[in-house]
Amino acid sequence: MATAARACAVPAGVLRSAWRLVRRVVSSFVVRRLAKALITILVVITATFFIIRLMPSNPIQVYIQEQISLYSMSYEDALAQASAMFAMRLDQPLFSQYLDYMRNLLHGDLGMSYRSVGTPVAQQIAKFLPWTLFSVGLSLLVSFALGMGLGMLTAYRRETLLDHVLSTLGSVLSSVPNYLVAMVLLVLLGVQWKVLPLAQMRGSHTAGIKPGFNLRFITDILFHAAMPIATYVLTTVGSWMLTMKSSTIATLEEDYVTVARARGLPDSRIMTAYVGRNASLPLFAQLAISVGFVVGGSMLIEAIFVYQGVGKLLIDSINQRDYPVMQAVFLIITVSVILANLLADVLYSRLDPRVRVTGGSEQ
Amino acid sequence: MSTAGSVVRRASGGLGTWLRPVIRNRAGLIGLIGLVAFILLSFVGPLVVPLSTQTDLSKVYSPPSLQHPLGTDFQGRDIWAQVVHGGKEVLIIAFISGLISTAIAVALGSLSAVLGGLFDSFTMWVTDIWLTIPHFPVLAVIAAFVKLSDVWALAFILSLLAWPTLARAVRAQVLSLRQRDYVEAARALDLGTRHIVFSEILPNMMSYVAISLVFSMTSAIYAQVALVFLGLVPFATNNWGVMLSLAWTRGTIFYRGSLLNIMSPVLAIALFQLSLVWLTRSLEEVFNPRLRASA
Repeated sequence: MATAARACAVPAGVLRSAWRLVRRVVSSFVVRRLAKALITILVVITATFFIIRLMPSNPIQVYIQEQISLYSMSYEDALAQASAMFAMRLDQPLFSQYLDYMRNLLHGDLGMSYRSVGTPVAQQIAKFLPWTLFSVGLSLLVSFALGMGLGMLTAYRRETLLDHVLSTLGSVLSSVPNYLVAMVLLVLLGVQWKVLPLAQMRGSHTAGIKPGFNLRFITDILFHAAMPIATYVLTTVGSWMLTMKSSTIATLEEDYVTVARARGLPDSRIMTAYVGRNASLPLFAQLAISVGFVVGGSMLIEAIFVYQGVGKLLIDSINQRDYPVMQAVFLIITVSVILANLLADVLYSRLDPRVRVTGGSEQ
Repeated sequence: MSTAGSVVRRASGGLGTWLRPVIRNRAGLIGLIGLVAFILLSFVGPLVVPLSTQTDLSKVYSPPSLQHPLGTDFQGRDIWAQVVHGGKEVLIIAFISGLISTAIAVALGSLSAVLGGLFDSFTMWVTDIWLTIPHFPVLAVIAAFVKLSDVWALAFILSLLAWPTLARAVRAQVLSLRQRDYVEAARALDLGTRHIVFSEILPNMMSYVAISLVFSMTSAIYAQVALVFLGLVPFATNNWGVMLSLAWTRGTIFYRGSLLNIMSPVLAIALFQLSLVWLTRSLEEVFNPRLRASA
């Protein structure tokens, strides 16, 4: 008995440590979060695929009918054309179409545009997506930093005139829909007061300018993105500020801040290392939700300022019933929001070790 | 006699304790006044102010006057009348969709807390996924397939937006309330599940539920007006979203004399949203006895 156990001890020990490693990987916050993101993406892709095909006015059927009636094609020809258009073999059963669709997606084949004949959807997305990422990303950064600073300022200057003015302004701006703010900016600055040359600011960059890392290009794209960015910042900075303010006020009451004060640490050090660091945690937690909202709102803001991003591409494709583009852009937008969420969560777990310990799972 | 008197006293005391926090919280009071004003404007206003849909080319873009307090639009129609008549539909859709999403959230959240197990895991998984997906693109894509001209259909689709956050909050709340002493006591006294749910647990969640109702109304208004503005919802009637959309598509905004034409619906929507958000400030105090006592 005893010898047998000893003989097995080595492989059992190896097995056990391997099992422990597997368990640690599986229970690691980042890995589980990654799995969740992948599953979410899979669910979104699957839902998009099946919902579009099961809708009463199935776009593929509509397209085939249109080809038959407009160009007097045979059903087979129309089907073949639709297959090329939607990048799937439509004569196959639904489930193998689904597998095809997934395989094509993995290869970056998103089908062809319905209205701009001959343009692959992937090409269109590659043209539009960078501008949305640029304008939304930059404004999130600006708004986040600005909101954090203003939040601490109002918390330290609590109940002063500055606090009242900024807090009221923040609460007003974060309650008003962002597209209304965009319209007011456009009407007042562009039409009524004529301070900004709005017609020149349309698009994502001046036609014919060479992309590159030089001052001329950078100022040009900033000039074109200025209005969308101003809108995003104005409408989101308020909630960052208010969150930071209440969080800072709560942190100022904490024992470790009192202790730091008692130790005679300089105020600037307490403000940054003790208060700011801890008070900003709720903001990072909120970052994930904010990304989704700003990207969703970009549809409206980009349409209003005629900014060539994916939001505008989605609106245009919906209005023109360009289903392949619509489906692909929708997926790209959703996937980027899911990835941004993942990034925000991982970042948050780095900043707040408590999340890693409890696994970030709510009870 | 004495019991009747005490009931009356208790009732009036109840009303007093309800109203006091509303009046004390300044932002909340402004919100309440705004909400009442908008309800009167949209439901009583149309009885007083007639809406004329006739095009009058002699009056295109007239400046404000006694006859037309906010001037006229690109077809010479009175803007004030359009603002008055344009609120009803927005308010009704927001309210219905707020109610539906709150109902879904309370039902799913409390069921998941009570049932636990697989149902709970599944519901939380769905809310998790739904929370990470950007809502407005989903709505816009749905609107491309489904004709949302019906008030109920639109309200229902909009209500799908707001439920997950509240469902999670309700679930957490029920889980924690279940452990409280008074619930344990009620259970020990064998007062029945219905009594426990409706008399012990629900009243304690009222502030959550009321605030979420208001917030889901604001998100319903955001999405509803945006859909109309982008032309994704066919419209037959006059509402603030339609006014925006028309001012936009007819190029009205680029004409300097038409400031009021675009600003009227903008302000109406913005002020209504603001009233709702500020109202939540005092709702918290009304429904949360602890805040009420300490404030």
